Amino acid sequence: MIPVVVVSIYLVIIGVIGTLAFRKSKANTEDFFLANRAVGSMVFFLSIFATNMTAFAILGSSGQAYRQGIGIYGLMASSSGFVIPLTIFFIGTRLWAIGKRFGHQTQVAFFRDRWECSGIGTVIFALSVVMLVPYMIISIMGGGRVLTDISGGRVIYPLGCAVVALVVTANVFFGGMRGTVWVNIFQTVLFLLFGAVAVAIISHSLPGSFGDYIQKIATNPKTRYLVTRERMPERYFWSYTLIPLSSIMFPHMAIMCFAARQVTAFKRTVVLYPLAILAIWLPCVFLGVLGSQLEPGLKNPDGILLHLLTDHAPVWLAGILGAGIISAVMGSDTHQVLAVSTMFTKDVFAHYGGKTKYGERGSVHFARGFIVVVTLIAYVIALITPASIFELAVRFAFSGFAAMAPVMIAALFWKRSTKYGALASTLWVAGWLALTWYLQTISDGTAPGPGKPPLLIFPALGHLFERTIVNVTVFGFLPVMPMVLGSAVCMVVVSLLTAPPSRETIAKYFPQQRSETLGQGAKAEPAIQQYASRGR
Amino acid sequence: MKLKTCLLTVLVAAVYVLHQDFWNWKQADPLIFGFLPIGLAYQAGYSILAAAMMSVLVAAAWPKHLENVEPEVKDPEDDRS
Repeated sequence: MIPVVVVSIYLVIIGVIGTLAFRKSKANTEDFFLANRAVGSMVFFLSIFATNMTAFAILGSSGQAYRQGIGIYGLMASSSGFVIPLTIFFIGTRLWAIGKRFGHQTQVAFFRDRWECSGIGTVIFALSVVMLVPYMIISIMGGGRVLTDISGGRVIYPLGCAVVALVVTANVFFGGMRGTVWVNIFQTVLFLLFGAVAVAIISHSLPGSFGDYIQKIATNPKTRYLVTRERMPERYFWSYTLIPLSSIMFPHMAIMCFAARQVTAFKRTVVLYPLAILAIWLPCVFLGVLGSQLEPGLKNPDGILLHLLTDHAPVWLAGILGAGIISAVMGSDTHQVLAVSTMFTKDVFAHYGGKTKYGERGSVHFARGFIVVVTLIAYVIALITPASIFELAVRFAFSGFAAMAPVMIAALFWKRSTKYGALASTLWVAGWLALTWYLQTISDGTAPGPGKPPLLIFPALGHLFERTIVNVTVFGFLPVMPMVLGSAVCMVVVSLLTAPPSRETIAKYFPQQRSETLGQGAKAEPAIQQYASRGR
Repeated sequence: MKLKTCLLTVLVAAVYVLHQDFWNWKQADPLIFGFLPIGLAYQAGYSILAAAMMSVLVAAAWPKHLENVEPEVKDPEDDRS
């Protein structure tokens, strides 16, 4: 019961922070959705990190390490530590500047203005929402499951989901972005400390040393694969490095970039990001592998950390560590709920006349009402639908958002890009998502077992589509590879075949390209003249 | 392309290539610090290398011109109407 009490105290603290943020709020959308674009440097780092870290970083990483071994760190963590800071450095800073100059609060608002389009922006909006909402639902499911597990079943699953949904809703409803980032400070510190504390406690309580256990795993031919990558195909490992491109394309991450007070806030974030990933993932992956030796034969390996904590930590500490896990769940869930609300309010309600009719105050009321409705719907869906459907949808969403990265890169850096190029890329991504969903579904019954080679889905097509234990692959690569490459090709080819936006719009977004290249002191060539001299 | 840009591009490409440590693929030994399998220790070190690379990028390729950006339009929806 003590862990439940500790987690309850934690949840009350979250609620109080949301209420305090409400007192500082103003009745306009920029304040509600972006904390008035005034998030300082350290808070920005803590918040953007919490935005991107889900329960998977703690529970999923250790569960995957329990199943697949140490390779999971290189596959997911160190590749993210390389790619995500780079995308924040090159894309996040530019998004921030564009948001500051022109007042954009969502990616779609930027795309619409950059490419002079309305309907195509709506298509991108629709695809983004379809890919984001399952992520939100699965966060509620994860939170409910964690509360049930750490209470030893005393908190039933529907109640656990309800508590998480209620706290998230209250925090976002009252505090908006300000409440969310204030809570993130507390949450990120808590779950950054989680790994090191868990390792220290478990190490202290074990009869043997860590080295003894790892040696046992390494010398046993049946378990040796857990401390090597001998069961991890190299093509799979390589193509996975494209997945972290999704991070900056997730609406909640992009929206967070708009909220920084100054662009210099990104400096600290990009340097600390890989180290923060290391602090969370390394202990969790290590404990997952160790857990395969200490608690063999678990039906649900994602619960390995909870098992280890229950067996090796004092109950009060297990409660604090449980709060650390809940932090990871709620840190990202609050941003997802806020992002969905921001997108519907700005990209649909305001864009199609709601703001003109009801004003800024009306938009904030709409956003708050939407937060309640969407969380309620997500809660009901979380109770009546199997988690496996959403786990699959979230896996696809990562590939889908990664494949939308060329659209953002073209919008920011390529003057000649067009709305039809963006549409072609979006349709390419949507088509691949439908195809991989279909291939996954028809091959579920024939998926090979652990350690077995992949099976051909259509033998007549050779190795084009194969089924591994978990995924569909394309010539051994993850589908994200053709998705990203094809999206980039669609963007380039279709843009070159269609008319670019007006000179005024291009001048608006590329005003000082020459001065950037030559340095601050150089005289900027007027953008329209520059554009005309280079020709279309 | 300027020399600095070339060098930074090479740096990023080199760090990316170092992620694919095929030479550790089937190795468990040596255990670093007596308990970390070499493949895991290498990738943990790689995370530190990625942070160092980002420090270099911040120092040498920071988009300083963005520091002076000022608002031109408060809300694009207002601007349009």
